[in-house]
Amino acid sequence: MDEYEQFKTTYFAECAELLGDVEVQLSSLSDGSQDPEVLHAIFRAVHSIKAGAGAFKFTQLAAFSHEFEALLDRMRDGRIAVTEQGVNLLFKASDILSAMIEAAESKTQQSEDFGKEILDEISLIVTGKLAPFQTIKNSDDNQDSQVNQESAPDEKLTYQITFAPKAQLFKHANEPLLIIRELKSLGDLTSIPILKNLPSLAKMDGEEAYLAWNFELISNVRLDEVEEVFEFVTEDCDLEIKTVSDNSEPEDEIIEKTSVATQSSDPANQTAKSPVTAAKVTSIRVDLERLDRLVNMVGELVITQSMLSQQTNDLPSEQFPHMVRGLEELALHTRELQESVMSIRMQPVKSVFSRMPRLVRELSAKLNKKVNLTTIGENTEVDKTVIEEISDPITHMIRNSLDHGLEGTEERIELGKPDTGNVTLSAEHRAGRIVITISDDGRGINRQAVMKRARERGLIAETATPSDDEIDNMIFAPGFSTAEKVTDVSGRGVGMDVVRRNIQALGGRVSIQSTPGKGSRFTMTLPLTLAVMDGMIVQAGGDKYVIPIPNIVESLRPAKSSLKRLPTGQSLVHIRGHYVPLCSLHRVFNINGAITDPAEALVVLVESEEFGTTGIVVDELIGQQQVVIKSLESNYKPVPGISAATILGNGKVAPILDIEAIYRISQQELRNSPVPDDSDHSDVSENVQDSLASKEAATLAAQNAEIPTPSIG
Amino acid sequence: MVALETDTASNTSTSVGIPNADGMVEEETTRLTGTQQFVTFAIGAEEYAVDIMQVREIQAWTEVTILPNQPHYMRGVLNLRGIIVPIFDLRRRFDQGDTEATSIHVVVIIAVGDRIIGILVDRVSDILTIDGSEIRAVPDLDDSGESEHIIGLVTAGERMVALLDTGSLFRHEIISSSLDAVEEPFAQQG
Repeated sequence: MDEYEQFKTTYFAECAELLGDVEVQLSSLSDGSQDPEVLHAIFRAVHSIKAGAGAFKFTQLAAFSHEFEALLDRMRDGRIAVTEQGVNLLFKASDILSAMIEAAESKTQQSEDFGKEILDEISLIVTGKLAPFQTIKNSDDNQDSQVNQESAPDEKLTYQITFAPKAQLFKHANEPLLIIRELKSLGDLTSIPILKNLPSLAKMDGEEAYLAWNFELISNVRLDEVEEVFEFVTEDCDLEIKTVSDNSEPEDEIIEKTSVATQSSDPANQTAKSPVTAAKVTSIRVDLERLDRLVNMVGELVITQSMLSQQTNDLPSEQFPHMVRGLEELALHTRELQESVMSIRMQPVKSVFSRMPRLVRELSAKLNKKVNLTTIGENTEVDKTVIEEISDPITHMIRNSLDHGLEGTEERIELGKPDTGNVTLSAEHRAGRIVITISDDGRGINRQAVMKRARERGLIAETATPSDDEIDNMIFAPGFSTAEKVTDVSGRGVGMDVVRRNIQALGGRVSIQSTPGKGSRFTMTLPLTLAVMDGMIVQAGGDKYVIPIPNIVESLRPAKSSLKRLPTGQSLVHIRGHYVPLCSLHRVFNINGAITDPAEALVVLVESEEFGTTGIVVDELIGQQQVVIKSLESNYKPVPGISAATILGNGKVAPILDIEAIYRISQQELRNSPVPDDSDHSDVSENVQDSLASKEAATLAAQNAEIPTPSIG
Repeated sequence: MVALETDTASNTSTSVGIPNADGMVEEETTRLTGTQQFVTFAIGAEEYAVDIMQVREIQAWTEVTILPNQPHYMRGVLNLRGIIVPIFDLRRRFDQGDTEATSIHVVVIIAVGDRIIGILVDRVSDILTIDGSEIRAVPDLDDSGESEHIIGLVTAGERMVALLDTGSLFRHEIISSSLDAVEEPFAQQG
């Protein structure tokens, strides 16, 4: 019975993957792909789902997938034409399939006639009782398949490429991996590394080139396009490109694509000629729970290691040379182990990106706008914890672009723009973070409307003159929405402020750049993982806290003369011509025994999109360290001002600060007690009597949106 | 003051207003035949107990990390082999003064639904093995509202032991999706 359940679990895991594939393929179908392989792929996926459903006796699912499969079968051999309505029906059917699988997995009973409407439509079309969307008339099966083949734009060619880089290639700063990637973008690529020249590690010369590849590329591009890939390296390598015309029908079995496995030393790969026999299973399916356990354990190891190194820091190395060296190595290996374990959880953002074409399709139909979505960099990898979190913000920003950004078709034509609007979704790695941008070529942000709204809502002072950039980014302010009417698409009560808060909760940032009439671009950066981060450990009172390094700008000990105070009670520090508001950690957290006078404490300048720069007043900096992020909320309720926790080298828990929340709390407290009366600030208050300083600060506060005024919500 | 009184009055009336409140307890206790084991612990002279199946481990008090702006009975968090566990002071929770926690004080780590929490007590007494039928209902006499955190009473020799409903005791601190599972900790075993 247990084993049976286990098979079931595997089946559902497979189903999830297959459904993902179906989604991707359907999207390309709806984009007008004529590739017969697309329908084959969908057919195979549905077929696999059906087979499993039959085996596990999910009768409803089996019956539905059977009809679905029948429809696909007729579509792929051309008996039923693939029209837009057809694709729509396929989408609907895949939705029902997905819902049925979900129901089967959660063991919920669905009503007998769930999805019956679609099922009936499909079976009527399949049995020929209902006229399919547009039948190809007067044609029997054979002719149809011919029509289908002819309609394929280009015949697929098989290129056999042998590529052996010479040492100069590397000296000229070329990278074979990039070439291989480019090849891969041209079509179906099978690559077989030739490793026979690879010497043992000891004999290896770092300047030499040992690797070579055999590629088989199935693609409909022309020979010169393939040659172009190697354009810059023809001098520096042995290259041979042969074409083999591919007349054979694609086989029905699933060909696992081998990844570009340069490290594979399997001799079978060197001799293998046919891509099918060379295809080896290069991945294994691992239960997520096991993986999480591994990641957690490595996290523990990192903590233990930092504890050990902390305890033995003072060991005289001349007395314990082996011990000290061993510990150094341990540190090195732990770091490496952690990195490789984290890399196991890295996944391409494709799984999120692939859902977007459908969203755009549905939205554009609803909004009656023509939209073309381009996705770039969908193979960019991030930790699975991040993948799970980026879907909603991306969805929201795309909705926003479509609804508010892009003009209607007629308006675009009037403006002399192409009637189809463009939305680009891209992902890339930059400086150890992932950057996701969503840009459109719509009308851009209406700055007057934004300013008007911001003034109405009291988000900025009447007299303030923010820069264009600042105006644009006001759309992220809480309680802001410029949509004149609440539409069905956006304006569901979730504003951009929520998007930004969610992204910030992940340690990310989001901003918008906009050019009126030309379009807008959302830029969102996120850490690659949510499991570890670099933190600065600070002390206040007897307690230690962690400030995320990405937030920190600098830290300083302010001179007494640079400390000012506004009549509102807000303390400021004057740094290089700027007034930066201060918030004392001990006051926000009610910590006893902390240094209360900012002049004797330490100010850590932190930055955030929400409030710009602010100074957190703490007692002392302890040091920088990579920390493992632990959830506080798995066993307790959320604590304001704290985003998570970590475990320090001494085994103690240290809270990780949520600087935005801390800032909000400190503003809240200022409002609740507008004139705080503590003696430790008396000297600063005297400063305020100095009319020049206070006037200057007050004017600045009014002008600079970064510095809060009492009106900030 | 007046408002307070009416409040209490309405509270009492609602609890009286459910006629089968006592009946339900009776029903539950009679249903719970078969022996059960409880870990008992004490604050001062008062003894409390939790189901032994809830107890994960018992350890001596160690310094915890204080979380800001939390209720006074929430002492802080502890690192329990990589899991962060909140520690609650039972004496403070029942408003019976302060515990000067030292290493002779004891933290009982228990599972409440899918949450792991620790309770700071003076000492752990023993393990009680009792028949389900020996569990007595809590007399509905006191208006403090605290009796709602007691599932039942057990007599062990001369002592009276109160069976704690940990789920309701720290309901506000451990808001959990699985609180439903906590509602009837005894039913799970029945």
